[in-house]
Amino acid sequence: MMSYLLLKLPYFTVVVLTLLGLAAMVFKKNLIKILMGLSLLESAVNLFLIVTGYRTDGVAPIYTNAPSLHMTLPTVQALTLTSIVIGVATSAMMLSFAMVIYKKYGTVNAEKVKKLKG
Amino acid sequence: MMKIALYSAILLVLFGGLMYLAADLPVGAPLQSDMDDYFIKNGQEQTGANNIVTSIVFDFRGFDTLGEATVLFTAVLGVGMMFRKMKEGEEYEND
Amino acid sequence: MKMTKIVRTTADVFYPFCLVFGLYVVMHGHLTPGGGFQGGAVMATGAALLLVAHAYEDITGRLRKTAMKILEAIGLMMFLFAGLSGLLFERPFMGNWMAFTGKWFSHPVAHGPNPGDLNTAGLLPLLNIGVGIEVLGGLTIILLYMLSGIHAEKKP
Repeated sequence: MMSYLLLKLPYFTVVVLTLLGLAAMVFKKNLIKILMGLSLLESAVNLFLIVTGYRTDGVAPIYTNAPSLHMTLPTVQALTLTSIVIGVATSAMMLSFAMVIYKKYGTVNAEKVKKLKG
Repeated sequence: MMKIALYSAILLVLFGGLMYLAADLPVGAPLQSDMDDYFIKNGQEQTGANNIVTSIVFDFRGFDTLGEATVLFTAVLGVGMMFRKMKEGEEYEND
Repeated sequence: MKMTKIVRTTADVFYPFCLVFGLYVVMHGHLTPGGGFQGGAVMATGAALLLVAHAYEDITGRLRKTAMKILEAIGLMMFLFAGLSGLLFERPFMGNWMAFTGKWFSHPVAHGPNPGDLNTAGLLPLLNIGVGIEVLGGLTIILLYMLSGIHAEKKP
């Protein structure tokens, strides 16, 4: 049982991180804490992409002074690069939205920012 | 109180379902790797670069990198639009 | 209220080393792990170090917004024109026409593991430099705009 848990540990970490991010987005009321939950969710997805392309006892897919020719998969690492940059761009825009909301309403509580309702 | 109990129940069901699905995925031996074997074998003589990941990002799949640079540029445009200075006598609309 | 003199002097001494290391990561993108996006982020970290150590009024004389806007636009245009130059030489868009013929980055590459040669890989170093300059300009502009937004609120 313990050896099975240690073998599949990367995928269990991905599930735990996803649920922590979702719980932070659902249960918190401060706008900035909700954005931190979204950033956790994006980190979980990036980790899942990289774990998919792992070969046991593999080295990095680079030919400069390579110790062996048994390499891990390189396509998934290219997709993760794009995903990280898009996460940075989205977080920057949402944090600047939060700053302008604070300047207009005087509070960052998500339940008091409701002039659009009714 | 009812809302907190309902959301916690949904999250626990999701936890159980994802753990059950994650127990079947293989670690360490990917099922299909034909495209990556082609890239590792022929990437050095078709591109001339030692780094296979860079040759994938900029040569075999360069169009995705063009889209990514545009997304970064648009995000900087959006942040710059948020913090502009109002001229004298202007106000926010729909106040 | 300012930071102590030790912190400000250390940040001033470390800032050129950050820029040089970032440029090394960008230029050797086709030989070692790294490339355009990673090196640009390292260079923007040097600018963030300066912004944290000094007060906001002292630093807008050194890191101007106009210079960073020009840098970002030049980076994206260099990427686009390097991609379009493939159409002039009977290759598809972003085709590698410099790889094994021509003058600039065109040494042949030995098979298998080898110590790397900087002069290889055709169009790839030009694309790396374009993306590196764009990421440096973009991330520094985001930091400067957010700090100027905070600063404008504090004035009574």
